[in-house]
Amino acid sequence: MEKKVRVLLAKPGLDGHDRGVKVIAAALRDAGMEVIYTGLRQTPQMIVDAAIQEDVDAIGVSILSGAHMTLFPAILEELKAKDATDIILFGGGIIPDDDKTELEKMGVAKIFTPGAPTEEAIKFLREAAGSRSPKE
Amino acid sequence: MVSLDKFYNGNVRALSQLISAIEYQQNGVHKTLGEIFPKAAGSLKIGITGPPGAGKSTLVNSLAHQFIDSGNKVGILAVDPTSPFTGGALLGDRVRMNEFPIDGRVYFRSMATRGSSGGLSAATDNATLALGAFGYDIILIETVGVGQVELDIIDSCDAVIVVLVPESGDSVQTMKAGLMEIGDVFVVNKCDRPGSDRMAADLRYAIDSWKRFDEGWIAPVVCTEAINGKNLDELFEKVQTFVKYSKDSGRFVSQRRQQISKKIMSLLQNRFRQEFLDQIDTGGKIESYIDEIVGGKSNPFDVGEKLYQQFRP
Repeated sequence: MEKKVRVLLAKPGLDGHDRGVKVIAAALRDAGMEVIYTGLRQTPQMIVDAAIQEDVDAIGVSILSGAHMTLFPAILEELKAKDATDIILFGGGIIPDDDKTELEKMGVAKIFTPGAPTEEAIKFLREAAGSRSPKE
Repeated sequence: MVSLDKFYNGNVRALSQLISAIEYQQNGVHKTLGEIFPKAAGSLKIGITGPPGAGKSTLVNSLAHQFIDSGNKVGILAVDPTSPFTGGALLGDRVRMNEFPIDGRVYFRSMATRGSSGGLSAATDNATLALGAFGYDIILIETVGVGQVELDIIDSCDAVIVVLVPESGDSVQTMKAGLMEIGDVFVVNKCDRPGSDRMAADLRYAIDSWKRFDEGWIAPVVCTEAINGKNLDELFEKVQTFVKYSKDSGRFVSQRRQQISKKIMSLLQNRFRQEFLDQIDTGGKIESYIDEIVGGKSNPFDVGEKLYQQFRP
């Protein structure tokens, strides 16, 4: 059986705007991926636990609330604590360029900002998941 | 071969990776499954099935909470459909789960059907073995939204809950074979809506009309409002009553024996099927047969017979 790219999509924190994440979910689904959507109000710990249980290649989080400089590092910390840094973390939202650079330096694999075509996210995930070597 | 050291040490990632290996039918995974099989025998498997949007996930959420509150560890497998066009899937059953303890007492895995059409994925039954051997004593299996004949769930479960809604049909619908026969407990969910009393009455009548293979158990009908928490205690109690009945009456054991018999047959069927297909697929033979058939020189029946004779001279 051909390897499926599995992606967990989540909305952390109290931000309830989920139109964007649903657009991404539909695009990844149509690209042949298995998309696990967790819904709203997820804590970093819930997100990482879910990603481990679902054995995903990548976690995608959508943050429109402005709390990205808190939430992304918290998820990275949690991945480290659970020895799961091989899971790719990417995200999208209203994120200023300076913050984007800093987040990518911290270990977020990729940040997509408004206007990014969904094809970009698909291409990024196919490549990143393809070159990934999961921890035993 | 999947390594079991970490798995036996309670490493959740090892469990998750084993389930993935099962899904991909990785080399050696049957040997691993054979090893863990005896350790999974003690867990109780409960299936939740019914049409799309009936409230299966919400009920799974409440049952999971009730079981952990009674001191159990709960593994959940929730199946959603794979697109026949793109192979992609949106697995959305987690959305209905809330605030499970984060200490490992609940494990939730979404599975895509990946081409199976019986309401589960081909890997679901084997995934229950992984969960059972890992220490989850209750396993809840949620099917895809089903119609009337996606009944694979009965081969993987000790108890089946069929979830319907007030709009699920009239008294003739409830008398149709298939889904209406497999419930050990029935739920009419969303019973705040008009028609729920009639639906429950029609169901009770239909249940009474089946010639039961087990005269000792008449499936109860529970009217719930899952989202508002109404009558969920009654549902939990009815499920437990059924399990007790099943164990006391010997049905539990005979059901498991039947399932094992079916499993052996299906393992053999898959093996033979694959071996046969591998053999006839070589060198694009099938395409040349199709050319002959389309060209009017042969037909599918003769070709089928010829291939069979080649395989078993």
